[in-house]
Amino acid sequence: MTSDTQLFKPREWVALAILAAIILIVIPIGVDTFRLNLVGKYLTYAFVAIGLVLCWGLGGILSLGQGIFFGLGGYCMAMFLKLEASTPEATKIQSTPGIPDFMDWNQITELPFWWQPFHSLSFTLVAIVAVPAIFAYIIGAAMFKRRVGGVYFAIITQAVAAILTILIIGQQGYTGGVNGITDLRTLLGWDIRTDDAKTVLYFVNAVLLIACLVAAQFVRVSKFGRLLVAMRDREDRVRFSGYDVANFKIFIFCLAAAFSAIGGAMFTLQVGFMSPSFVGIVPSIEMVIFCAVGGRMSLFGAVYGALLVNFAKTTFSESFPELWLFAMGGLFIAVVMAFPNGLAGVFRDHVEPALLKLAQRLPLWRAGGVPLSSSAK
Amino acid sequence: MDPSAPADFLLSVEGLTVSFDGFKAVNDLSFYVDENEIRVIIGPNGAGKTTVLDLICGRTRPTEGSIRFKGQELTGMREHEIVHAGVGRKFQNPSIYEDLTVFENLELSFPRGRNVFGALFFRRDAEVRDRVEEVAEMIFLKDHLDTEAAILSHGQKQWLEIGMLLIQSPKLLMLDEPVAGMSIAERVKTAELLNTIIRNQSVIVIEHDMKFVEDIAHRVTVLHQGKVLSEGTMDRVKHDPKVVEVYLGH
Repeated sequence: MTSDTQLFKPREWVALAILAAIILIVIPIGVDTFRLNLVGKYLTYAFVAIGLVLCWGLGGILSLGQGIFFGLGGYCMAMFLKLEASTPEATKIQSTPGIPDFMDWNQITELPFWWQPFHSLSFTLVAIVAVPAIFAYIIGAAMFKRRVGGVYFAIITQAVAAILTILIIGQQGYTGGVNGITDLRTLLGWDIRTDDAKTVLYFVNAVLLIACLVAAQFVRVSKFGRLLVAMRDREDRVRFSGYDVANFKIFIFCLAAAFSAIGGAMFTLQVGFMSPSFVGIVPSIEMVIFCAVGGRMSLFGAVYGALLVNFAKTTFSESFPELWLFAMGGLFIAVVMAFPNGLAGVFRDHVEPALLKLAQRLPLWRAGGVPLSSSAK
Repeated sequence: MDPSAPADFLLSVEGLTVSFDGFKAVNDLSFYVDENEIRVIIGPNGAGKTTVLDLICGRTRPTEGSIRFKGQELTGMREHEIVHAGVGRKFQNPSIYEDLTVFENLELSFPRGRNVFGALFFRRDAEVRDRVEEVAEMIFLKDHLDTEAAILSHGQKQWLEIGMLLIQSPKLLMLDEPVAGMSIAERVKTAELLNTIIRNQSVIVIEHDMKFVEDIAHRVTVLHQGKVLSEGTMDRVKHDPKVVEVYLGH
């Protein structure tokens, strides 16, 4: 009973080690730089999926608008990179040199004041987490303090995602419109488009992901994590046990937003642009599917879910581009109908017992190998 | 604390009225609960019993009237603040966290680390563990600490929820039909439990089971159509012709 408060149980240490080995060693060795960059892109969605495990899996707060935060994080990063790429020398053919090209195309002659601070990398790094977290706080406070929840909350997040997309597309001169912010080149003079840079960014991304996973695990095993489960099941009981439920929901929603934003910023760095197509309703729902397929109760499952669904998406759409959406719809239905706990649930209920049985046949393991129990969800 | 307030009552409800779209579920209700008293509220369906508890614990806002607890006005306070003031509430259907163990259910109700960061950095130390075990023993669940709450029997779930209130050490406990769905033996144990905890707590109980009421009640308040119909000892109330007519008679 007392072991419940440990950060990782022995079997979770094993899971963490396996995951770290896969994304830090196996994949970098096994694939070329192009594919590695793709995997890096998939992993940026795993940040969102981890946030969703906390928010939706544990807390029962389904957000269909995580693209908002992924996008805000990504846009903050993109604004910094774009300003760095828009030096007066590089843009001297424009009618106003020194501002981003899309602004010039839209007859804007001066950098808007809210773009100014993004000249600073330290400001940008803070903004990547702070802007989405503050935005999440505003949405969360407005909804949760008024006790809006469940499907209504999901619909509102989706509406906000739609509004933000429309806003970005409409304000073309300030945001790059439907094309997004493109043609990003260097980070403090370091060219992010080379193979070497892509490899380095992959590892930065992977390490950040593991750090977020550990942070999420810290929340999950704390009393906060158990309160989330309690709120999901019996919100009133939590309230009448002396907790201000709204504050807990706001916090976890902001944390999930911050994770998503880190993913978004890493996406921009690795892919080299940011556009509204990663902000709106469709990507937001896809992110929920990554989490659902991986297993909405499992942090590790969420990472594998993001990896596998995105891998399937790439392979599938390379061969049958029209069929991907149907395949994904089918996948989602299959998860909801047959595997409500996703891949993690399948692993826990079928694969792990089989492994255990196998392990017991080997004398080596019987002597006190890894204590595998299925106590973690 | 307002010095002019009558300090001898733990809870003073005065002129309490709540109207839902013109229907007065509770109508100009007044009653007083002493320290260390077990008060039972009875009355026919729709008399407003559960609504009174909802009003005291802040779940429903009164239209008029005042609720003073230890001299402090509760109307207008938020639910968790009322809990912090020392009022605990058990719901009609056992309201526990089914996915968590008995230990975790009690631990979450332990009055420490009740804000966001307090909960993040909450340590399960000896104080928590001792208190959880102590309460688990009182509610007859000491051997079930690691049991998932979902698989407890109905009666055990009722006890668990009572335990979740006890661990908060409230001055006033409000129990909505605590023995509903319990076996005879469980009812007897529950009555014992309530009589034990009464030493430093007041309890308001809503109950229909007259045998149980007789076992525990110090005083009984009979509600009818949102008003007090009769009040006093069980013996007096039982023989009140008005009560016999509207409630006990059939």
